This record gives sequence, structure tokens and C-alpha cells, in this order.
Amino acid sequence: MYHPILPALVLALPLAGAIINGVGAFLWREDHRVARWVGPLAVGASFVVVAINFFAMKASGTTAASVVSLWTWIAAGGLHVGVDLQFDRLSMVMMLIVTGVSTLIHVYSIGYMRGDPGFNRFFAYLNLFVFFMLVLVTAASFPLMFVGWEGVGLCSYLLIGFWYENEAYSNAGKKAFIVNRIGDFGFLVAMFIIFGIFGSLDFSQVLPAATGHLRYGDVWATLITLFLFLACMGKSAQIPLYVWLPDAMAGPTPVSALIHAATMVTAGVYLVARTSVLFALAPISQAVVATVGAGTALFAATIATQQWDIKKVLAYSTISQLGYMFLAVGVGAFTAGIFHLMTHAFFKALLFLGAGAVIHSVEHAWHEAGRHGGDPNDMRNHGDLRRWMPVTWITMWSATLAISGVFPFAGFFSKDEVIWKSGVLGYPLLWGVALVAAFLTAGYMARLMALTFHGGENRTGEEARGHLHGAPLAMAVPLVVLGVLSLVGGWIQIPEALPLPHVSALEGWLDPVFEPAHHVMAMHGGAAATAAPLGGGELTWGLISTVVALAVVVWIFLAVVRRRYRPAAESPEPTGLSLVLYRKWYVDELYDRLIVRPLMALWRGCWKIVDDGLIDGTVNGLASGARAVGWVGSQLQSGRLGAYVLLFMVGVLVILGTVAF
Amino acid sequence: MTSTLIRVALLVSAALFAIGVTGVLLRRNAIVVFLCVELMLNAVNLSLVAFSRLLGIDGQIIVFFVMAVAAAEAAVGLAIIIAVFRHYEDVDVDRFDLLKW
Amino acid sequence: MTEFLFFLLSAAALLSAVFVVVSRKPVASVMFLIVTLFSLAGLFVLLEAHFLAAVQVIVYAGAIMVLFLFVVMLLNLGHVELPDFRSAMARLLAGAFGIALAAFTAWTLLNGSDPLTAYGASAADPIQSVLKARGAIGALAVPLFRTYLVPFEVTSLLLLVAIIGSVVLARKEAP
Repeated sequence: MYHPILPALVLALPLAGAIINGVGAFLWREDHRVARWVGPLAVGASFVVVAINFFAMKASGTTAASVVSLWTWIAAGGLHVGVDLQFDRLSMVMMLIVTGVSTLIHVYSIGYMRGDPGFNRFFAYLNLFVFFMLVLVTAASFPLMFVGWEGVGLCSYLLIGFWYENEAYSNAGKKAFIVNRIGDFGFLVAMFIIFGIFGSLDFSQVLPAATGHLRYGDVWATLITLFLFLACMGKSAQIPLYVWLPDAMAGPTPVSALIHAATMVTAGVYLVARTSVLFALAPISQAVVATVGAGTALFAATIATQQWDIKKVLAYSTISQLGYMFLAVGVGAFTAGIFHLMTHAFFKALLFLGAGAVIHSVEHAWHEAGRHGGDPNDMRNHGDLRRWMPVTWITMWSATLAISGVFPFAGFFSKDEVIWKSGVLGYPLLWGVALVAAFLTAGYMARLMALTFHGGENRTGEEARGHLHGAPLAMAVPLVVLGVLSLVGGWIQIPEALPLPHVSALEGWLDPVFEPAHHVMAMHGGAAATAAPLGGGELTWGLISTVVALAVVVWIFLAVVRRRYRPAAESPEPTGLSLVLYRKWYVDELYDRLIVRPLMALWRGCWKIVDDGLIDGTVNGLASGARAVGWVGSQLQSGRLGAYVLLFMVGVLVILGTVAF
Repeated sequence: MTSTLIRVALLVSAALFAIGVTGVLLRRNAIVVFLCVELMLNAVNLSLVAFSRLLGIDGQIIVFFVMAVAAAEAAVGLAIIIAVFRHYEDVDVDRFDLLKW
Repeated sequence: MTEFLFFLLSAAALLSAVFVVVSRKPVASVMFLIVTLFSLAGLFVLLEAHFLAAVQVIVYAGAIMVLFLFVVMLLNLGHVELPDFRSAMARLLAGAFGIALAAFTAWTLLNGSDPLTAYGASAADPIQSVLKARGAIGALAVPLFRTYLVPFEVTSLLLLVAIIGSVVLARKEAP
């Protein structure tokens, strides 16, 4: 039997870091030395503890979950919820990803945020985020997971609006918060139904009992999973609740890398994987998840092709990749989903950090040159940056090839696994959609790289050019580490079909977690096919996709490099289909017309009529009524003793009269 | 015989009280107003004693408390009159409207 | 004899009370009030409230009235004839009210049933028996220190507060 080593410390370290830095944000605002050390070290130490636990669990060879009960949280009637942490194979993988990537991004942030007046506050939020994310992935019950779920949402809100002096930024934070509320509603409803059916909210009570309480295709199973997926749509930015994520790029770039690419947004994927057996019992929900995932993958990829803001490209790319993960967990390939989650954490974090380095460099160059205005995020203002930023340039190419799915980079293995599984598990249409989206991915990434780092001509401006600089050491080290991981991260899971040594470290590791779900699906869905919808085996299609992806990368790259771009201020507005894509299919405008404005009008009506008229009117009316009565009474207060006695006597006589007669 | 005494005592009490009230209404000198209040208190005391003759000793005990309260009231009231007199050089109650509102 | 004394004392009390109200000089008012208090003390004796009669003379007529006299002297109001009667209209009103009140109360009393039967008092005199058993002081002291102990103690607090209050109020310099 495996016992976790120092389980509470994993959570306590980031929390302690958050508290220390939070205190520092008030007490030694100008002194960044403490935060510089405490922030990354707290998370790094947490990573070390997780790694020790991981190896201990690996050595013990156990497949069971270890639950550590800290204390009782809610005990009311039949409801009993403890603050229990669950250490099993799935949560261990998630903890490794979360703490590992977080450590690198914390180190990066030292360089990126240097000199920012909110340095201490930034690290307090970042540590707090890691704490809540760990609560989310280690929670042993739905309510505790919900605490983490809301906690990361809170930190996301705080960090998107980190530069809160800018109203657009704080509005972006609010938008993220409000859109996520819609999803959280789903989480809550799902919890209510689960408690109604199972009488418990602990994973250890609910999940093993699922097949006993619910039939295959049970309407309650479908409802639970659909409401859970509603929560995932919000948190993991799927259609139709994805709109907050592109706006969330208002936050500092390390935040985008950590929260809005690598960790928090994948919480939905984790939730589906965690409750995989429930999803397996609800084929309708599975189909919904897979369809929404594939649809999001394609939809977001099309938008990414026409964005000029480097972070917007990456934001839509993230949405698209999250779509892949949901496609995987939707079709029942849970391992593939988690696998893509992991590799995506590496290369998307790297892409964001690289973009951050570029923005940082351009911003500083402009600042040095005394130039104000202009958007350092706009790729039309970059160009040929490889001459100044070689480390960033090379590592970003590693990530680009990884996300495009080029062999032997990490993305090839994970994304191919997802696409292949969706094909053979009975979703041929989604398989096609996923393939197209994969090629679009290769396209927009090649465009991004060509615009930013190539082209033989720099567009940052004459005076500023001399001030461009490469990433400082604190930023370069995480880039290199993630660059290497983007290359080798996929090698833990190599399909049998490829003419390579067969490795299934991840699948072997996670299989016991997903075994109940696979069992349910095998009983009702039959065996998976061995050929793709159009025929051909895994090797054939792996070859086709990598070759096409590489071809698209080369084609788009050459096309973009040959074209001459002008800085953003001098560029013409996009037209035609480009404009539609640049405007993101006008979804924000659509939501504004259909939802936001009618609601605003309704609430304005309520405000004017109900609140101002009815409620305020009543209250103010009562107040002025009381004042009027008081005025009458105050006239009796003449201050003359004789008058008082006289009135007193009248009263006495009246009372005596009533008594006597 | 006792019955007659009590009736008379109650009538005297009522009359004393009325005289006290009239005094308060009539006079403007704060000290005299005060004396009239004492008169009213004593009227009540008389009726309490008369009733205690009928109903037991408790009435007399209440008189005892009334006297204590009267003593306290006299002390504080006279102190107030002194304080006001220092301020106005007068004890006319019609001029004391400083606590109005 | 008792009845005669009772009527005599009642008449004295009422007469001097009237003089309290109508005397022009405050000192005279105080003196008439002392007469009233003495008369009431006599009435108390006749109503078998011997201890209260003693307290009336010692505390009321003795202590409290001396205090009044003292203040009158201190403020030097003794001989000043302030124009302290109200206007004719107010006098009329005051007199009307006083007479109305007295008449009203008296009328209520005379028209009511006999107080002895009205309150269900027994023919056996409750006070007489208590006085016989415990004596004039004991009759009052036993319930005062048993049933009414808490109010009694609270009264001591009240007096303490009154002492402090009057000291503060009557200080020369502004508090």
C-alpha cells in the first residue's frame, strides 16, 4: 500500500508563498527581493515533493487511490464532506504538470515582471493560483474540487485585471469571471443531482458506484455529464463560452502561459477524465463533448489564421488545442486527452513565454527610444527578430513544430493519437474536422513565426531597433527547458504501429484510472476499429499528417516571408473573409446583440422602474412621512415647562375620564 | 371608623395633588415649582399609606422608596437649579428652554 | 378623638398646601410646605404608619426641606418678590385644571364602592396584627430586607448617583 509523502506540504508551500508575498505586497511593496526568491522556491519545493511522491507511488506499483483526510468541512445530515486529498495516478500526473510548468513560469516571471510596481502582488496571486490548482487536482470530492475550481477562477480574474488601472483590462477580467459563472452553475447543478442519486459527493463513493446506480444511457447520467460539461465549457473555453479567453490575454504574458494555456483551462479536461466512468455511461454526452471539441478546434483555428496580435493567435490556438483534448475525452480516449494536455502544457507555455519575450523586448526598445503608442503585441510591428533573440527564436520553432504535429516533436504523438482515436472510435466526421484543423494549426503557426522572426526586414522602427535585446537569463532558462520538453515530451507514449520502440508509459500508468470507463464502453460499444474511416492504418495516417503538416508549414512560411508587410499603423484594413475571421466571426458582436444588450435593457428597466420607482419610492416616502409626523410632534416641544404640564394634565384627565366612565 | 378615615385620607390626597398641580401650572419660580412637585409626591404618599391600612404593609414600603427617590430628585434638581441660576442669574422656568429639541 | 384629630390635621395640610402655592416669597412657601409635611406625619400616625411618620419628620421635613431652604438662601431669593405668577389667563386655566382634577378624583372616590369591600380586605386589620407582632420598625424592616432587598440596594445606588450628579452639576467651574 502506498502512503503519500508529506501530502499536505504540496498544498501548504504555495499557500505559504502566497501569504508571504501577499503580506509583502502591503508591507514592503518596493522591495522585490523576498518575492523573487519565495515565489519560485515555494512552487519549486512543491514540485520536488510531488516528484518524490510520484516516484514513491511508482515504486509501490499500486493502482489504488490514497486519500488523505485533513479535517471535516461540512457535516450536515446525510451530507458529509471532508477536506480530503486524493493521490492517485491521474492526480499525480496533473500535479507534476502543474507544479513543473508553474516552477518554470515563476522563474520566467522574475525576468518578465522585473521592476513592475506590483511585483509582490503578482507573485502572491501566482502562488495562490498554484495552490488552488493543486486543490482542484488533488480534491477527493466534488465540493472540494469546486473550491479549487472557483479559486483558480478567482486568481484568473485577479491576474487578467492585474494592471487594473487600464479599464479594458479589468473589464476583460470581469468578462472571464462572468462567463465562468455560467459554467459554474452547471457544476453546482451536477453536484446536486449526484448527491440526490448517490447520497455522497466523494469520488471514492460516487465513481465506483456509478455502474450500480445508473444504467447505460441513463437520462440522469446524461444530465449529470452535460451539466459537468457546461462547467468545462466555461473553464476550458469551449464553444459557446470560449469568448473570455482571448480577452484574458490582457493579463501579463506569464499569466497567459500558466493559467490560460498550460494549467487552469485544462481543468475541464481533467474533470471529464476524473468522472470518465459517468461520461462512459452517457453516450449522448460523449457525442456532445466530442462534437463541441472538434467544432471548437476547427472554429478557433480559422480565427487564429487572421489575427495580428501575437497573443490573440496563441489564445485562439489554445482554444483550438483544448478542443482536441475534449475531442479525445469525448470519444473515450481519456489517456490521449491527458497526453495532449501534457504536451500542450509544454509547447503552449513555451509559445506564450516566447511571445512574452518578444513583447518584452519590443516594448523596452520602444520605451528606450521614447516611442509611445503602437501595439507591441502586433506581429506587423515585429519582423526578423531572430537576429536579436536567437534563443527565443530556436525554442519557439521547437514549439511550433510540436504544435503543428511534425515528427518527432511532442505534438505529433499526442495530436496524432487524438485524431486517430476519434477516427477509430466511431466519429469519422470529427476525425476529418480534426485533420483539417491540424493543418490550419500548422498554417497559422508558420505565419506567426514568419511574421515575428523572419522576413529579412524589421518593422519595430529605426530608433527602437538598436534597443532590441534577447531574453534575459531568468527568461531564457525556462524557454530552453520547455523547448527540450516540446521535443522529447511525446516520447513517453509511442504507438505500436510506428516503426519505433513501442513505449506506453503514460497509457500503462493511467489505464487503471480509466479502466472502469473503458469497461463500460467495451460492454456497450464493441471493439474499436483498426483502420481509419477512409481506410489505412495508424502508420499511414501518421505519415500523411506529418508530411502534410510539414508541407503546410513550409508553404505558409515561404508565402508569408516573401510578402512585404508594413507596420500596423500603415497597414490597410482586412477585407472579405479575412475581415470576418479577423473579427472572429462576429461572435462577440452576436453575443452583445442577443444576450448582453437585451439583458442590459431589462436590468436598466428594473433599475429605473422597480428600484428607483418602487423600492426607493417606498423607502423615501416612508422617510418623508416619518419626517412630517416628526415635525408635527416637534412643534409640541416648545421648551416651556408650563405647556408641558398643561398637556400632561389634559392627558391625566382623559385617562381618568376613560377609567371613570 | 377605619373606613371613614381612609376615605377622608384619599380625598385629602386628591386635593393635595390637585393643589400641587395647580402650583406647578401657576408659578414660574423653579424652586416653588419644585415645592409643588414635592406636594404631589406627598399626596401620593398619603394615599399609599391609606391603602396600606387596608391591604398590608407593602404600601408603606413603597412610600419608603418614594421618599428615597424624592431625596435624590431634590438633590439633583436643586443642583440643576443652582447651575442654571449661575448661567442666567434667574430661576424662571419659562426661560429654561435650552433642552428644547 | 381620632377622627377629630384626623380632620384637624387634614385641614392643616390642605390649608398650608394652598399657602405653599400662593405665597409670594419662596421662603414662606418652604415654611408652609414644612407645615404640610408635619400634618401629613400626623396623618401617618393616625393611619398606623408610625415609622413613616418618624421618617417624614426627620428626613423630609428635616433634611430635604433644609436643603430647599439652603438653596433659597444661597441664591438669595428669600425676599425677592419675583413676578413669578403667570398671567391672569394662565391663572384661570391653572385654577380650572386644579379644581377639575380635585373634583374629578373626589367624585370618583365618593361614587365608588367602599374601599374596604372593593379591595376585598378582611375585617381583621392587617397592619394592627403586624404591628403587634413585630413593632413599628420590625413591621417595615422585615419585608424591606427580605422581599424588597434588591430594590432597597438599588435605591442606595440611585442615591449615590444623585450625590455624584449634584456634585458635578453644582461645581463652580464648567464641567
